[in-house]
Amino acid sequence: MDWVDLLLVAARVVGVFALLVVLTIVNIWLERKVVADMQNRVGPARAGPWGILQTLADGVKLFFKEQVTPRKVDLGAYLLAPFLAVVPAFLIFMMVPLGPGLEIAGRQVPLQGADLNIGILFILAMSSMAVYAVVLAGWSSGSKYPLLGGVRATAQAISYEAAMGLAMVAVVMFSATAPGAESGTLSLAEIVERQSGTWSGTVAFLDPVVSFIPRWYVFPQVVAFVIFFLAAVAETNRAPFDLVEAEQELVGGFHTEYSGIRFAMFFLAEYINILSMCAIAATLFFGGWNGPTWEGVVPGWVSAILPVVWLMLKSYVLVVAFFWIRATLPRLRYDQLMTLGWKRLIPASMLWLVISTVVIGFRQFGLPFIG
Amino acid sequence: MVELVIFVLMGAGTLAGGVTVVLARNPVRSALGLLGALVSLAVIYVVNLAHLVAAVQVVVYAGAVLTLFLFVIMFIGVDRAEDTSETIPLQRKLVAGLATVVALGAAVLVSRGRFTWTPASGEAAEIPNGTVQALGGELFTTWVLGVEVTALLLTIAAVGAIALAFHRRSAESPTED
Repeated sequence: MDWVDLLLVAARVVGVFALLVVLTIVNIWLERKVVADMQNRVGPARAGPWGILQTLADGVKLFFKEQVTPRKVDLGAYLLAPFLAVVPAFLIFMMVPLGPGLEIAGRQVPLQGADLNIGILFILAMSSMAVYAVVLAGWSSGSKYPLLGGVRATAQAISYEAAMGLAMVAVVMFSATAPGAESGTLSLAEIVERQSGTWSGTVAFLDPVVSFIPRWYVFPQVVAFVIFFLAAVAETNRAPFDLVEAEQELVGGFHTEYSGIRFAMFFLAEYINILSMCAIAATLFFGGWNGPTWEGVVPGWVSAILPVVWLMLKSYVLVVAFFWIRATLPRLRYDQLMTLGWKRLIPASMLWLVISTVVIGFRQFGLPFIG
Repeated sequence: MVELVIFVLMGAGTLAGGVTVVLARNPVRSALGLLGALVSLAVIYVVNLAHLVAAVQVVVYAGAVLTLFLFVIMFIGVDRAEDTSETIPLQRKLVAGLATVVALGAAVLVSRGRFTWTPASGEAAEIPNGTVQALGGELFTTWVLGVEVTALLLTIAAVGAIALAFHRRSAESPTED
């Protein structure tokens, strides 16, 4: 580990950070545009072509706005909460592998913020850290509506994190079935590697068909994907699970008392989390950066950049699905939220985990107690 | 060198968090102190290459248990004044005595004991003891009985909690059924 390596690590982190900020700014604009189209409105149209600079304008405005600090706040926690929201959001995206890695001047540079061998656990840990931001913001504001929002956030996060974790466990278990693999893996880069190629040779009588289908885990693990996606919508506090900040009931929920750049940080964190969750879903279930690179047909730099493009395409299909859900579905009642979480999603994910494990075990080892 | 700096910083963080848990007047502040202590400790684990332990610490304790603490604190009401009457006689004097003994013992250990600083890099980094695969292999082959019995114990605890909750409800409002 000499200084060039350190520099490369720093460059990777800064690169991923910059990419994330730019994409998030685009996402905020994209959501307003997509939802506007669905509701037969125009949406932002003044700043720049198609209003694409609207988010920048909003950001600058929020930056220069007065930051009102109510008298009854608990100052330490009140100032800390926006940072607690943004930092885990950035850290989660660091785990997403953006490409197969480049070779620059004889050094392997993975296109990823950091490849931990506990990547999935790290994601779960950070998404549970993000809850503290909402809880603390709600409590420290010293006002009723934010407190209600904070309490709701805690309950919701605990409920849906379990389902999300169990859905991820099913994928980790399944990753053990990859050819040549000894065990499942928690490393996201490894999971993407194991999704390369096609399903050829897995189901004998369907071989002519499945040898054209990419080895994405969404096909065998579709139930896990649905559970993961629902839990991801709930974890990011998006409609129809946005009871944490329900405008009609709680004014703005946990961020009611925040203004200026502190509010902007909560806003930024929400949109970063949307992109992160979609990128993770694309990584776990849709093969991550896997895709045709046409090496030798197109110029070298194009095939080097194509994996990132594939990952982003897959992620953005899911991102637009997030927006679509928001524009379509009304908010759940609180008891419906809890029922869906505890009585539907968690039992469903446990049942799926058992089924999936039994099938994997049967395919690997055959029937137990026989032979 | 980097390791020493991180250890000193995070050790100070852990201690500060622990002191906050005890001294803070507001229960939410105490919970925050505990969060700080847990996360600082997790960073120390990471420096010692125990990534899995660090992740589990953050997921289970900071993520789940402490969130439940906060939830309960907020549910009961943050503003409710705490009952500060002390039930154990001579509580404060006992604590002061114990703290003195511990501090003196630590001072003796630090001044007379022999400590060597072993950085967790180079050779130590090669040992794959802390990886998920190694731990999982151990748990589900050598120690599988213990794992299963623990799982059973936890299930019994959960069932017991549910049974208690339902029992009380039916006893208090018999007309509900």
